[in-house]
Formats: sequence, C-alpha cells, structure tokens
Amino acid sequence: MNILVCIKQVPDTTEIKIDPVKHTLIREGVPSIVNPFDACALELAVRLKEKEGGKVTVISMGPAQAKNALKECLSVGADQAFLVTDRAFGGSDTLATSYILSKAIKAVEAKTNESMDVIFCGKQAIDGDTAQVGPEIAEHMDLPHVTLATGVEMTEGKLRVQRDTDEGHDVVEVSLPALVTVTKTPFDPRYPSIKSKMAANRAVITEITNSDPDMETKPEYLGLNGSPTKVKKTFTPDQSKNGVILKEETGAEAAVKLAAMLSDAKII
Amino acid sequence: MSEFTNKNIWVFIETDQGKAKSVGLELLNPGRMLAEKSGEKLVAVVLGKDNGEAISQVRQFGPDEIISVEGAEYETYSFDAYTYAMTVLVEKYSPSAILIGATNNGRDFGPRLSCRLKTGLTADCTSLDYDEESKNVAWTRPAFGGNLMAVIMCPNTRPQIGTVRPGVFKKLPVEGAGEASVIKEAITVPADNIRTKLIESIREAAAGVLNLEDAEIIVSGGRGMGGPENFKILEDLAEVLKGAVGASRAAVDAGWIGHAHQVGQTGKTVGPKLYIACGISGAIQHLAGMSGSDCIVAINKDPEAPIFKAADYGIVGNLFEVLPVLTEEIKKLKA
Repeated sequence: MNILVCIKQVPDTTEIKIDPVKHTLIREGVPSIVNPFDACALELAVRLKEKEGGKVTVISMGPAQAKNALKECLSVGADQAFLVTDRAFGGSDTLATSYILSKAIKAVEAKTNESMDVIFCGKQAIDGDTAQVGPEIAEHMDLPHVTLATGVEMTEGKLRVQRDTDEGHDVVEVSLPALVTVTKTPFDPRYPSIKSKMAANRAVITEITNSDPDMETKPEYLGLNGSPTKVKKTFTPDQSKNGVILKEETGAEAAVKLAAMLSDAKII
Repeated sequence: MSEFTNKNIWVFIETDQGKAKSVGLELLNPGRMLAEKSGEKLVAVVLGKDNGEAISQVRQFGPDEIISVEGAEYETYSFDAYTYAMTVLVEKYSPSAILIGATNNGRDFGPRLSCRLKTGLTADCTSLDYDEESKNVAWTRPAFGGNLMAVIMCPNTRPQIGTVRPGVFKKLPVEGAGEASVIKEAITVPADNIRTKLIESIREAAAGVLNLEDAEIIVSGGRGMGGPENFKILEDLAEVLKGAVGASRAAVDAGWIGHAHQVGQTGKTVGPKLYIACGISGAIQHLAGMSGSDCIVAINKDPEAPIFKAADYGIVGNLFEVLPVLTEEIKKLKA
C-alpha cells in the first residue's frame, strides 16, 4: 500500500503571546512543531502500513526550515520525505496551496513510479485553522475524501473510516485511492528512538521546486495571483469589559453578594 | 474592481433527520443584513430527503425565497451529492455569496464546493459585514488559536463563500414572515456517483447532558477544579440554574470530563445568557468559544487571571468556598 501524508510545520500557537503595547503576535522564541493533527495523521498512516504493508511518504510545502519537521516524521515511521518549496508558492491561500500540493503529489508519483492509495492530512493546521486544504487537494485530484477521521481499517479492498460528526460518529466506506483528514486520535503519536532520530537526521530530503520537470503547474494558479481570498487586515481581539470584580473576606460573602447582583440584574 | 452580474445572498440549510440544523437558521440573521446592505435578496437553500418541516422552520426567519432540493441521495450528507447539487444551483442562479454553517459537514462540504467553483472560501467566520466601497462581503475569522483576527475578502471571483461558526449569531425571527416562495429544483445524483458510503451513524448525545450550544446557562470548570471528583459542585449549580456543564481544554485534556463538554477554539462555541467560568484562567483559546455570552461570571483565586477582563462579574476567591454557597443562595432566590 502506498500512503502519502501531507504535513505542515507550524508555530506552537499555545506558546504565542500578544505584545500588550503593539497588539501584535510575538513570534520570537515560539517553537516550530509538526502540526499536531498532522502528527496524528502520520501515526494513523504508519499503523495502516504496519498492518497492510507498504510505504509511507511525507511531503510538506514550506521554506527550507520545514525539512526539520519532515525529519521528525522520518524518525517516527515515514519512509521517505519531499519538501515542496519555491518562492512562487509564497502567499498562497488554501485554493492555491491545495493546487500546488496536488501537483506535487503527482510529481512524487512520477519520481517514485508509484501511485498513492491513500493520502492523509491533518484535519487542519493550528496556525490557520481552516481545515480546507485536505478536501481541496482531493477536489483538484478528483479523489473522494473523508474528513475528521479517528481511525481507519481496510475491509475487502475498501477503506473504512471512523469519522467525528456533530452528533457522535459515523463509519464511512470509501474506495481507493482516497484522501482522509485526521482529527485527534484516541492514541498519541509514537516517540522516536535515539537510533531512528539519528537515521532521520542523516536522511536526504528531496526538494521539489516549481521548475521541477515533474511539476506541471500553471503560473496563474500559484501564490497571491492564484489566491481568490485576500487578507484585508488583522487585529487582536479585545476582551476587556471592565466588569464588577468582588474581593470579599470570604468566598461565602462573595457568593451571597454575587447571587443578589445577578438576581437584581434579572440574569437569574 | 471587477463587475459581477451575480446576485443574492444564499444561506445553506443543512438538515438532520428532516429538521433544519440551528446554524442555518442563525445565518439567516447576518444573511438578511448582507442582503439589505447589498440590495439583494436573501435566499435559503435546503437540501434533504423531505424538506417540508425544514422549510416551515426556515420561513419564520424571513428569507425572500427558498430553493428546495429533495431526494433520497440527500437524506444523509455525502460530499459528492451535496457538491454536485449545489454546483448545479450556483451555475443556474449565480448567487453573489453563500453562507454555510461551520458544522463538521459544512466544513467538509465548503472546501469541496469552493474548489470546484474555483472561488474563495473563508473558514469558520465569527463576524460578517458588507464593505460598501468594494461591494464585497468582509469575513472575519480567528487564526493562530484565536490570538489574531483576520478580515478576509474575495474580490475577484463569485460566489464568495464562507463557513460561519455555529452559536455566533442569534436566530432572529422576522415578524410577519412566512410568505417566502419555494422553488423546487429536481437534481438527481446517480448512486454510482456517490463515492462514499455511510455504513453506520452513531449518536452520542450523552443521557441527561444538555446540548451546550442550546443551553441558556452554562457552568464551566477548568484546571482550578483540581480533579474529576470536584465537578459535582458544578453540576449542583448547573442543576439549580437548569443549565449545562462546560469545561476548558485543560480540564478535558486532563481527562476530568468528556470532550463533548469542551468550550473554546477547538471545542464548542457557545453564546448563552449566562456563562459561569470556575477555575478557568481564560486562555485566548477558551475566550474564543464563549466571549459571545450575554453575561460572563468568573470565579478564580488568581486576581491576574485574564478571564476577569472578559467578565461582567468576577469573584477573586476559592471556588470551593464560593460555589456551594452560590448554589444555596440561588436556590433560596428561586424558591
């Protein structure tokens, strides 16, 4: 089975702080990590490979620094990695990004002379939180997709996917090839061993640029030009309300006072 | 700026067992605002097996027109059937914008549709406006875990599409509504063209747990609860208030309470009349999911906790002293 996982290197958004004066994001010192949902997707992919046999390929679109994230993936079960990188890809929104990744997947298939059976993505990246790139890659490639998977298994040549719904969960069957996006799995991604980490550090990661002969992209679909959505402005949310804060001697006193205030304000 | 002939604001109405999901009805509220500002019509688009009940629900919220597509292939969601039907409708009617509820299915369907139409999609919006100058919808959404808000526009392609987070807008019934005409469109999707098959569907609405999104009062606990055994005092308070119990990510990640209770950027977005945050510091991820509440009460022993900035009423104190007394006091007031 040939399995491909799309991953993204992201800033750890739980570590992001806001500059209290300038109201901008402080990015310095924020660690870069493999997007946690992509790590779950990789774990699911590696488990599927361990059961069904085959190979796991990881790709990432980003700057040269993203090679570190790909190496992390190689240390926890991926077999080969490709970095999709070019200045022409900068400024891409989800439509352009998914277009580029769909072409890059075709390029990987051409280079390795293999066709992918399953493509996994994390359900969303924690920096953009759009959850759009996965289904859009599937649309560009005319593949079926299932989002929000927590588990997969092969049944009679088809993939059965357990999928989170608003009301609980579904089991959805899809024929291959297909694309699956993965949400938080019931198990944690595995840790690397010292040996696997060292091997990953030595690994050579192939770069796929826009001028790669296997990349059949059209310039009008790349970067800012290929992005129908435009960011008009950004701002930090203001949560300040100047409410009534009670600091009484005892918790009981404060509770009595609060109950009276809520009642007077007809809130309860 | 390009000139478009596209007209009308569409709201996609997702159905579940014949009923309109709440978020679709909520979106008729900002949809009406966009329609008024752009001088266009507000159109609700209903997909389902038997849309009679959903249509009568939708009517109360005052769309100018309703487009209804009925068929067995729309009874449960599949991206293939839904994307196909919507693409046919878009090509026939050329709407200027489509609002889709950011449910699990909505966020599965939106990207597939926008990619097929080669247009822009803005995900999980929390506020909408109309930019008079450029005649674009201004979609506002959180990014970086709620640390940053971005205003997005889609100036060069139509329709403009966005998914909008449930619970952000209030359902706004329109007085004297009920006249909207229904256009029935017959669009059939051959079974072979639906590449995903639903094998089983399990509903996990936990017994006795009120749906957080529908609750008028929510009592939530965070890291300060100290352990799962202490959630009883939250349940007691929720019970006298006839409310639901919520939780922060810290409490859910610690395994003290199930994920269905989680409020915040990666959990549910709620907008109850009263939200009582107990032992919750107020990380931006949490605030992103509850700052739309009408009244916020914070109880925390740390006076510097950011939750107090978001609070209408706060108590700096030990929640284990405050909560039992608060529950008793409210019981007396309600008696």
